Amino acid sequence: MKLNHLNGGQQLAVKYYTVAIILFVAQIIFGLLSGMQYLVPDLLLGVLDFNVTRTIHINAMIVWMLYGFMGSVYWLLEEESKTEIVGLKLGNIGFWLLTTAVTIVVLVFLLIQSGPGDDFTRWFINEGREYIEAPRWADIGIVICMLIFFYNAAATFMKGTWSGISGVLVLDLVALAGIYIAGMFYTPNISIDQYWWWWVIHLWVEATWEVLVGCLMAWGLMKTLKVDRKIVTTWLYIEVALMFGSGILGLGHHYFWIGTPEYWLTIGGFFSALEPIPLVAMVVHAVYDAGARQMKGNNNPALAWLIAHAFGNFFGAGVWGFMHTLPQINLYTHGTQWSASHGHLAFFGAYATIIIAMIYIAVPYIRGQEGIGSNLPDGGWKWKWSLGLLNLGVVGMTIALLISGYEQSFIERAVGGSTWYGYFAAQIHPWFVQGMEWRMIFGLVTAVGLVLLIWDLLTIGKQKQA
Amino acid sequence: MNNEMPWWASETFWKKTAIWVTAFMFVVLVILTLDTIPQITAGSERVPAYAVINKHIGYEFNDERNMQVPVIGGDAPLFGKKLSEEDAEALVSHGKKITQGRNCMGCHTLLGNGSYFAPDLTKAWLDPGWSSEPEREALMIAFLMNPEENARSFGSGRVMPNLHISEEEAKAVIAFLKWMSSIDTNGFPYNFTVIDKES
Repeated sequence: MKLNHLNGGQQLAVKYYTVAIILFVAQIIFGLLSGMQYLVPDLLLGVLDFNVTRTIHINAMIVWMLYGFMGSVYWLLEEESKTEIVGLKLGNIGFWLLTTAVTIVVLVFLLIQSGPGDDFTRWFINEGREYIEAPRWADIGIVICMLIFFYNAAATFMKGTWSGISGVLVLDLVALAGIYIAGMFYTPNISIDQYWWWWVIHLWVEATWEVLVGCLMAWGLMKTLKVDRKIVTTWLYIEVALMFGSGILGLGHHYFWIGTPEYWLTIGGFFSALEPIPLVAMVVHAVYDAGARQMKGNNNPALAWLIAHAFGNFFGAGVWGFMHTLPQINLYTHGTQWSASHGHLAFFGAYATIIIAMIYIAVPYIRGQEGIGSNLPDGGWKWKWSLGLLNLGVVGMTIALLISGYEQSFIERAVGGSTWYGYFAAQIHPWFVQGMEWRMIFGLVTAVGLVLLIWDLLTIGKQKQA
Repeated sequence: MNNEMPWWASETFWKKTAIWVTAFMFVVLVILTLDTIPQITAGSERVPAYAVINKHIGYEFNDERNMQVPVIGGDAPLFGKKLSEEDAEALVSHGKKITQGRNCMGCHTLLGNGSYFAPDLTKAWLDPGWSSEPEREALMIAFLMNPEENARSFGSGRVMPNLHISEEEAKAVIAFLKWMSSIDTNGFPYNFTVIDKES
């Protein structure tokens, strides 16, 4: 693929996007395997146990999203700063460093899987802490790559011009990289462990990542709909105020049951209940702008995915989070399939969607075109069907998991008192099993949607437009 | 008619608001963290010292707080061996490292966090599935060392894979689980049935 007509940042972005999609495929394959293991418990037992498939499922997701974010920022960097990227070589080194590290970590997860209870295991095999299972050496590698990325973004804007979007973006990247370090230590005390672990997980996905996608949304709306910069920037500030205003102390909803004092029940419950508000603001923002311009954009797939992001973020992160965020219900739902239901819709709705939108924004430029018209020769059936199937698949999984979650909360938690017997009584209940079966069916729908998406990204705009 | 943009709709107003709100919330979080950390440091009221594994641990309903809370009882040394605080910490720490190295969180939840493929381990030490207190230690060791043959999956067909845990490692894991069950988790899990005291 010839990329010489793209600017330096965009050439880097294409690399990041490519790995992002490969890891997206890995996420879905291992997700399907994990889902199958609920239905066929001895599937791959002793070969690829559930803790292996599930770890790769969630880690591939986190990492492909990071690749997607980095690709998106590199894509808009030169255009937004009105100058050339300062460290193209360094950016390339960072890319290969990160990709090598990710490959090694995945291979170790797959082939070595676990180790004895010593420091070597934590440094080189598996740290065994959900979402940040990557061993410590890889943590350090990730921080180095994030610093390179941060330097490239900050220094390029410093050399060129700053804007509201880039200002928010760079400050957000400081927080994003800094917070990761909160998870890089060992303590025998699991309460302290989980206290800081949540700083990484929550302050990433419910604060800094949200602000990052707010920046991408602002830029994406300018790009696809030519919305005024002043308007998107003002919206972005409002969203940052609401997001950090609710999300920073919203962290408290993870401090209900880990040994932390009772006042977190009040603080976490109150502030996390406010977390959906900025997400409503984003829906209003996106839908209003699209309507005000009579849906006339220069890139319909990207616009559609931006709208999918606005709604997905609101429902997945906002509504599904709110449903079980108050301690009065969370006492029963914490650590059940409710969390899985929320996780599926939130990660897809808030993050996967906008990265796909950003990739669609890039695709025509990669092919040397200005945009994606509405007059595609095949009617654009592939992007429309992949959009439909991916959204249907994830929403279907979400509902199926929610039904299992309701059943589990009631039978295991409220009635069964969370004993092992209570746990399994809930797991074998027909309502639970049916939920898992439907999750599997919709997982396959999602997988078909992904295949179509990749086919479309590789081919859209290749034929002459009618 | 005045057509000027109201102050509350201006870019600069929201920029300043965003900065001040973020800074304020972060400062509040730091203050709360400074208050919380000492309360969850091992040896505090909520998170007992590691030597609590020398004691009997219960989980009883507290009328005043209207929830179940851990109750530390008389001497009941784990595996009949009383440990100093230092030795207890070393054993619990070894146990925790084993749970991390074997990626237990990839299937189980601890304090409710992790994966949902296997039971929560927060109060695993107190689970009635271990028959009774006198039989508990031996059953736990046997299960951890050979989970496939000692499966307790209650008709689900879901079996814990053999993670090649030695007897010494199993004891460390059990020490970690016993210590974890003594943490005051604000009544989570709710309505829990505690193991019988006698066989």
